[in-house]
Amino acid sequence: MAKANEIKYLTAIKPEKRAKKFCRFKKYGIKYIDYKDAEFLKKFLNEQGKLLPRRLSGNSLKYQRKVSDAVKKARQMALLPYVVDLLK
Amino acid sequence: MNNYELMVIFTPVLSEEDFKLAQKKYAAFVKDNGGVIVHDNPWGLKSLAYPIQKKTTGLYWVLEYNAPSDFNEKLKIQILRDETVLRFMATKLDKYAVEYNARKRSGVPTGTEKVEA
Repeated sequence: MAKANEIKYLTAIKPEKRAKKFCRFKKYGIKYIDYKDAEFLKKFLNEQGKLLPRRLSGNSLKYQRKVSDAVKKARQMALLPYVVDLLK
Repeated sequence: MNNYELMVIFTPVLSEEDFKLAQKKYAAFVKDNGGVIVHDNPWGLKSLAYPIQKKTTGLYWVLEYNAPSDFNEKLKIQILRDETVLRFMATKLDKYAVEYNARKRSGVPTGTEKVEA
């Protein structure tokens, strides 16, 4: 039984390169994240309405904090739910 | 004179002219205490993301103004006395926020559209 590493593929399988993540705020030069813009903030929430971590949202530390402040203000003003079963 | 933005949610039971009356009342209160109103933006009836005081909709109103720094305390006392207000939040605007609001009003793209992709 050929062991896994002995299997020779016809074409070498190239591990698909994940697109390089970038901080969209630095790239597009956005300086202020508006807490009133619920649609835009939804991009940083997962299905349960929880904040996405930096490794998934790709934000830099400075803007991730601004996003979290804006989301918390939006939740306070009932623009975004605290917890929900299916957002989006 | 700092820039502030006040967002108020009124109870949906409020009739249209009471809503306007309340807006005028607070706007006049800002002017009396030496504030300047930059922009008054009633959103009107919107459904809330979660029920507040057993109500699922509310009348939103956003007011952008600049005022002396001790003004917000007086405003808070006024608003707390008013029971038609479900919830309110006054936030301080830094220069990027003011520029963002100005651009949003004048229709200049504020960059968030580019991020849609």
